[in-house]
Amino acid sequence: MKILIGYKRVVDYNVRIQVKPDGSGVVTDGVKLSANPFDDIALEEALRLREKGVAEEVIVVGIGPADLTAHLRNGLAMGANRAIHVVTADAVQPLTAARVFLKLIEKEQPGLVILGKQAIDDDANQTGQMLAALWDRPQATFASKVEIADGKATVTREVDAGLEVIEAELPAVITTDLRLNEPRFIKLPDIMKAKSKPIDTIEFGSLGVEANDHLKTTHYAAPAKRSKGVMVKDAAELVAALKQKGLL
Amino acid sequence: MSKILVIAEHLGGKLNSSTARAVSAAVAVKGEAIDVLVLADSVDAIASEAAKIDGVSRVLTVARPENAHPLAAVLAPQIAKAAAGYSHVFVPSTTFGKDVAPRVAALLGVAQVSDVMSVEGPHTFKRPIYAGNAIITVEADPAHTVVATIRSASWSAAATGANNAPIETLAIDAALPTHTRFVELKQGASDRPDLQSASKVVSGGRGVGSKENFDIIFKFADKIGAAVGASRAAVDAGYVPSDLQVGQTGKIIAPELYMAIGISGAIQHLTGIKDAGTIVAINKDGEAPIFEVADFGLVGDLFKLIPELERAIG
Ligand SMILES: Cc1cc2nc3c(=O)[nH]c(=O)nc-3n(C[C@H](O)[C@H](O)[C@H](O)COP(=O)(O)OP(=O)(O)OC[C@H]3O[C@@H](n4cnc5c(N)ncnc54)[C@H](O)[C@@H]3O)c2cc1C
Ligand SMILES: Nc1ncnc2c1ncn2[C@@H]1O[C@H](COP(=O)(O)O)[C@@H](O)[C@H]1O
Repeated sequence: MKILIGYKRVVDYNVRIQVKPDGSGVVTDGVKLSANPFDDIALEEALRLREKGVAEEVIVVGIGPADLTAHLRNGLAMGANRAIHVVTADAVQPLTAARVFLKLIEKEQPGLVILGKQAIDDDANQTGQMLAALWDRPQATFASKVEIADGKATVTREVDAGLEVIEAELPAVITTDLRLNEPRFIKLPDIMKAKSKPIDTIEFGSLGVEANDHLKTTHYAAPAKRSKGVMVKDAAELVAALKQKGLL
Repeated sequence: MSKILVIAEHLGGKLNSSTARAVSAAVAVKGEAIDVLVLADSVDAIASEAAKIDGVSRVLTVARPENAHPLAAVLAPQIAKAAAGYSHVFVPSTTFGKDVAPRVAALLGVAQVSDVMSVEGPHTFKRPIYAGNAIITVEADPAHTVVATIRSASWSAAATGANNAPIETLAIDAALPTHTRFVELKQGASDRPDLQSASKVVSGGRGVGSKENFDIIFKFADKIGAAVGASRAAVDAGYVPSDLQVGQTGKIIAPELYMAIGISGAIQHLTGIKDAGTIVAINKDGEAPIFEVADFGLVGDLFKLIPELERAIG
């Protein structure tokens, strides 16, 4: 079985995002970029499935600009067999990303596609679900445990009410939650090895996917700031303050 | 004119308050009709609750045994069919809505607006990105159906009681897949208030130190009638189950009172509590970032301070 992984590059989660004063975007010049944390988890899960003998090949997919190569090499160094780079200068919205994944699925015929539950830049939380709809296959979102046997995935999902377990026939789309696993660290020799692993480059335009973005972002603003409050000296003062506000 | 279809969220035969919050967002669109769609195996109790929400024009129901559990692959084709004739489909931005709404949007061939915080016009919305560190204004193409998830914490629930909207059965002819099956839902049984709708929440973080120690948080919460939450670090360390996590990847909440105890205040945690009325922070580190957003800060050891608070409350 082949496993396809969404491997998006995003602004590192430790960066404090600044909105440009003119509201035209956020400052991305010179900020650290990393793999979307959920995508590292997706890749780790696929590698474990390969190590268990459930999968033979793990392919990381990145849709993005020409300089995505170094990022994809990280995925290869972590252990993916090969990478697919769909080259486009423009940021793609989730529906377009899902359509791209569908094209790659038609070509690669994977048994499983694992994406992050959300990209921490757009926080959309859509691509996996959209892909599953277009592909007409099961989706198991927000996974915190995955078991593959007898042609199906048994997935524990983190939902508001607790933990939900569902069964999905393969092929299927899974999206990862944070507690699914702890991604491994990349070791130096693996970085060397990754240099010889293949990266297929596909021009976005050659896939025949329409990039009709129905949503236009017209303005960026910094969030409303909460004003800093007061420090109280002890428990009694805190309780008095909360009682005065009618909160206790 | 806009016609809005709101998808009801429910569990155990009860309507979730996230539905009435999504209705509030629908009211803000100022359209001509707001219909609530109830998909369930047994719809009556849920539909009659939905019919009482102010602003609702009609409640539409689809009762099928396949709808006993909220499987996105099963619900989405029905919602996509029901969406015909509507300009907007609104779904609560809970794990239920986040799961099903994008599947509906893709079936309709449209983009989705996630986590709507405000409605600026029938096709203009504000939503957070980068864990709430930027708020964007997005415009949806009026030529297409708007599919949106509604960020519950940004909207108060529409009032109930005065309305008595008609309830109608909807016949939907959609082939439903059998490739996805519900197995079980493991719910932490709790008599405590629900984290997402509670007016008071007490959360503990890594500073609480262990699963056993977390009892001090539960006891204090019970004393003041609060729901219990936690940081990701506390969940990862196994102190409490994952459904208590507050933050970017947990629950986004807006209680009147939020107490963060032994929580440092990482940006991903703060995203989940920005809309709280009053934030109280208790932390032994006076430099902890949580104090930058706290209305009341108290520096000290939680194991000493919580008993003192309990005594002071009386
Ligand atoms: C993609 C991504 C998503 C994330 N999503 C979330 C999310 O949804 N929610 C979330 O919470 N986090 C999330 N995180 C994790 C987040 O970055 C922090 O790691 C986490 O919030 C830290 O939890 P904490 O404050 O409990 O622990 P710590 O940062 O370790 O803080 C513990 C605090 O306890 C204090 N303390 C210790 N002992 C005592 C004592 N005896 N009395 C009083 N104070 C004490 C310490 O001074 C310290 O400030 C996410 C991270 C990533 C990368
Ligand atoms: N440009 C992209 N390149 C690779 N994977 C992507 C891309 N966009 C989205 N994905 C995948 O889809 C997931 C969810 O993204 P989103 O729907 O944007 O929150 C991500 O975690 C990735 O796995």
